[in-house]
Amino acid sequence: MNISNNVLLREESSFLAGARDCLPTVLGYLSIGFAAGVVEKTAGLSVVEIGLMSLLLYAGSGQFIAAAMIAAGSPAFAIIFTIFFVNLRHLLMSAAISPYFRHLTPSKNILIGSLLTDETFGVAMNAAAGKSMISEKWMHGLNLTAYLNWFVANIAGAYFGAWIADPEKFGLDFALPGMFIGLLVLQMAARKKMIRDIIVALSAVAIVVVVSLLTSGSVGVIVATVAASTIGMAVEKWK
Amino acid sequence: MEVRWSIFLIIFGMALVTFIPRVLPIAVLSRVELPEWAMRWLNYVPIAVMAALVGQELLLPNGKLAPLSQNLELFAALPAFIVAIFTRSLLGTVVVGIIAMMALRMVF
Repeated sequence: MNISNNVLLREESSFLAGARDCLPTVLGYLSIGFAAGVVEKTAGLSVVEIGLMSLLLYAGSGQFIAAAMIAAGSPAFAIIFTIFFVNLRHLLMSAAISPYFRHLTPSKNILIGSLLTDETFGVAMNAAAGKSMISEKWMHGLNLTAYLNWFVANIAGAYFGAWIADPEKFGLDFALPGMFIGLLVLQMAARKKMIRDIIVALSAVAIVVVVSLLTSGSVGVIVATVAASTIGMAVEKWK
Repeated sequence: MEVRWSIFLIIFGMALVTFIPRVLPIAVLSRVELPEWAMRWLNYVPIAVMAALVGQELLLPNGKLAPLSQNLELFAALPAFIVAIFTRSLLGTVVVGIIAMMALRMVF
């Protein structure tokens, strides 16, 4: 009895179990990664550059925005600064998941954190429910499956992008706003701050439109993020 | 098949500024703790940045305020929002949005 329980426990925290638990996100990663590859290709990036971007940046929304800004000829610092803000949400996910990895050394945690995404974070936090820690091997299985799938999807999109003259005709350019809508709604649904979140979201939309028209799109996103987050904090204090 | 220096530097810079917020809290949070107000502020960043990006994509599709009747993105967003709210599926939201966009472009 004891032995079979132990075997089960070991299997549940294995690398393969992590890879298996990644499967529900595989199709989503494939479609968004494929669309990212197409958009990056049409933005004028080479297949090697797309491969490098998917492996080093490894961020869905970030890669779409980077492709758009590179195509528009934005200055490098503006692109990097925008990506910093776009990907700053990882700071919170990394903070939220950190209590489950107290049993690991900082260098091992750096390895785990470097492959953190919205989806792997979601899967990991679901698996962590009712537990005090997450298995290192399981997390590697989850992370590496998602990482490899993302790379393959980007490269496939890059190759296919060469044959699709007009990705807009297939509505593929909506993969980006579609993903943002999904991430916004899913995040708001998972939090217990619906009214405050709606205030923050509407403020961000209003500010980004005004500031983007007055300055540029990348400055607009940064100003709207800083201002709307401050509004959220103020509303929370005020109540 | 080449990698341009300018593109490599942009990719490297983006990777670095993405890597740091990804690894810093998980690696050091057990020792250093952010002040409470900073965590509360950061707590709103994901909503604020996503909403700003959605607003920019839907209301400023080409960097300009699009006339409402010609803004197909805004109309495609409607079914996407509905699917997101009712199914909580990221994939479903993206797929429905893409199909809606494709259908709208075929009609208009």
